[in-house]
Amino acid sequence: MGKARDFLISGLVLLLGRRRRRVRRGERERVVVPEAPRNEGAELLAVFLLLASAACAVAFIVVYAVDSLPGHTQLLGLSLGLAFCFLAAALIVTGQRLVPNEELEDKYPEREHEAEQELVVQVIEESGLTRRRLLLGALAASGGAIGLALLTPLASFGPALRVSRFYRTPWSRGRRLVDEHGKPYRASDIEQDNFYTAFPEGADKEDFASPLLLVRLPTDRLQLPPENAGYDVDGIVAFSKICTHAGCAITLYRAPLFQPNEPPPALVCPCHYSTFDPSRGGTVTFGPAGRKLPMLPLEVDRVGFLLARGNFDEPVGPSWWGVRLKEPTT
Amino acid sequence: MIRGLVRFVDRRSGGAPFLRKALRYLFPDHWSFLLGEVALYAFIVLVGTGLYLTFFYEDSTAKVVYRGPYQPLAGHEMTHAYRSVLDLSTTVKAGLLMRQTHHWAANVFVAAIFLHLLRVFFTGAYRKPRELTYWIGLTMLFTALLEGYLGYSLIDDLLSGMGLAIGYGVVLSIPFIGANLAELIWDGPFPGSHVFFPRMFIVHVLVLPVLIGVLLTVHLALVVLRHHTQFRSDPRATEHRIVGVPTFPGQTPRSLGLFAAVAGVLFLLGGLVQINPIWLWGPYHTYSATNGAQPDWYLGWLIGALRLMPSFDLTIRGYTLVPNPFWGGVALPLLIFVLLLLWPWLERRFTGDRAYHNLLDRPRDAPGRTAIGMAVLTSVAVVFVAGSSDRVDVLFGVSYSAQIWLYRVLFFVGPVIAGLLAYWCCHELQRGERVERERKRAEQLARGSV
Repeated sequence: MGKARDFLISGLVLLLGRRRRRVRRGERERVVVPEAPRNEGAELLAVFLLLASAACAVAFIVVYAVDSLPGHTQLLGLSLGLAFCFLAAALIVTGQRLVPNEELEDKYPEREHEAEQELVVQVIEESGLTRRRLLLGALAASGGAIGLALLTPLASFGPALRVSRFYRTPWSRGRRLVDEHGKPYRASDIEQDNFYTAFPEGADKEDFASPLLLVRLPTDRLQLPPENAGYDVDGIVAFSKICTHAGCAITLYRAPLFQPNEPPPALVCPCHYSTFDPSRGGTVTFGPAGRKLPMLPLEVDRVGFLLARGNFDEPVGPSWWGVRLKEPTT
Repeated sequence: MIRGLVRFVDRRSGGAPFLRKALRYLFPDHWSFLLGEVALYAFIVLVGTGLYLTFFYEDSTAKVVYRGPYQPLAGHEMTHAYRSVLDLSTTVKAGLLMRQTHHWAANVFVAAIFLHLLRVFFTGAYRKPRELTYWIGLTMLFTALLEGYLGYSLIDDLLSGMGLAIGYGVVLSIPFIGANLAELIWDGPFPGSHVFFPRMFIVHVLVLPVLIGVLLTVHLALVVLRHHTQFRSDPRATEHRIVGVPTFPGQTPRSLGLFAAVAGVLFLLGGLVQINPIWLWGPYHTYSATNGAQPDWYLGWLIGALRLMPSFDLTIRGYTLVPNPFWGGVALPLLIFVLLLLWPWLERRFTGDRAYHNLLDRPRDAPGRTAIGMAVLTSVAVVFVAGSSDRVDVLFGVSYSAQIWLYRVLFFVGPVIAGLLAYWCCHELQRGERVERERKRAEQLARGSV
């Protein structure tokens, strides 16, 4: 009881004390010089806009709660967006019409504090540390070494020093070519003016070195360079599907239907339009790719299924520093 | 009540003098000073909507067969990452709104920073004592480009997979260390191991946002410590005196209003204007791609630069020194970034101007700067437009290869023409002003004599 009374009295004293100290309005000098403009119209408008904003926000909640409304995302965006837009309008009306419109001058901050700079330098110099060159050198060595040590575990992020995997492909002599669903391709499945995606039987399809492009060209139009001689099976040629420029899948095939007026057949990457000539072993005819498309030698087994007759003639995928140093491996 | 609150804060923090100063801090009044603010508010919307998205996203590339309500993809094999964003977009209430708003906000964020950079460059606002502010701003811009790229790459739809493959090709193309760096980032050749997506996720939602947040704080602190720059339009504005509207009451409703406007427009866009309908693209596989793929607008200049490079890998005795994507994917952006970083120093070297500048130039006041700025901007604009050459081919039937050759020429000729033209315009504008001044003076003299 006594405590409560003490609180009450002290609270009263505090309140009254505050009253007395308070400076009356009108006695003090104004800081904000122009009076806030009396603008009932603008105030009414701002109030109306704020209420509209609140209404839209409530509408958002209602739309969220009611499942049966059509165009759910649109109504949600509309209501929430409008709630913010009305709020913005109200604030702009407030800023332009309802608060004092001051444009004041002030000094830019001091450009520099020469005395303070000097003091900072003095404190550091008088510590005596700057003269101990050996100590500072050793400190730098320690800091550098610790920094290096802390960075070293980054090497665990990946096998940075082993790039042999970049040469590896799942292709080898005798591996069958299958389609996306694992069905083996027969040579007779491959028609002219069409193109097919093939994978090594049983391998990971997402591996960059897996997917192949298959096209059939008229044998008399085939002008394979000497190193690719005999890579085809009756005009069927196979290339890596991954562009040697930046690693996109090549999904465009330009097959001329009106020879000889139309440009020759071409495999085109849709990312940067590197263009490769399948009849010449995948050489680049246009676009940024700096390297021919890797070609896979083919053969057919006795039943007529398409098989690889070896590995690609070039490493697969975008170029890196070692792409011309080694042949692909299995 | 207000007095009580202020007293409470001051007694516990001693912050009243600071608060008084902050309330009367002056903002010079010009619309172009709001561009940076727009970027700030877009960033706030990005953090808010992004946080929401993290509660639904799964960063796993393990395969799953889709059995959700979106029928066209029923039975398709896809990663958990793609399925989680698909579910967010189709079954989570307000999920699509948040995702689309996030995507729109990213586009607006980069656009606002870019326009802000143009304003700062062409008015010479980066000059002493504001070089640090400028460098931090530039770093934020390039961080934002990477952040945006990672954001849409996380979805693992067909488009983002193609973008990642290109990113992989670009990393591989870095001379001497490309393959090794790619092994570190992807933990093996593309598409990488199961740790790659979690890595990308944490960089997108933690590392880069925190970096941007820290840079943003320092950027704003430096702006306040050196105060804003101002135009000469008000005769009271000098190198020593700033003229402007105080934070309170003048500026506060305007800034809050701008924030509400940015948020409002972004939510309207997010709700009403479709962006990146990932259910149409389908899941990514290394062996699939689509024609007509375009990145978000702010990477358009990089795809254009990649396309413009003629076919060659710089090779010495079988050692591939510079694979092709390096030029467009690394060299060009790096060159532009370094050029912009060095610019305040270069300008000081050539003009010998080492003075403090609180007053801004109009573009015409510094014809040399305006000309060089326009030249660089034109070269970037040419590669940007070149990025849409395939669409132009489809829409208007202009031959793709003819366009590429045109842009290759324009890349070198365009900046020269634009630079000279800008220089000439500045001089003519200056001359016009001189003539006008003289005419006024003559009129005054004539009036005086009458």
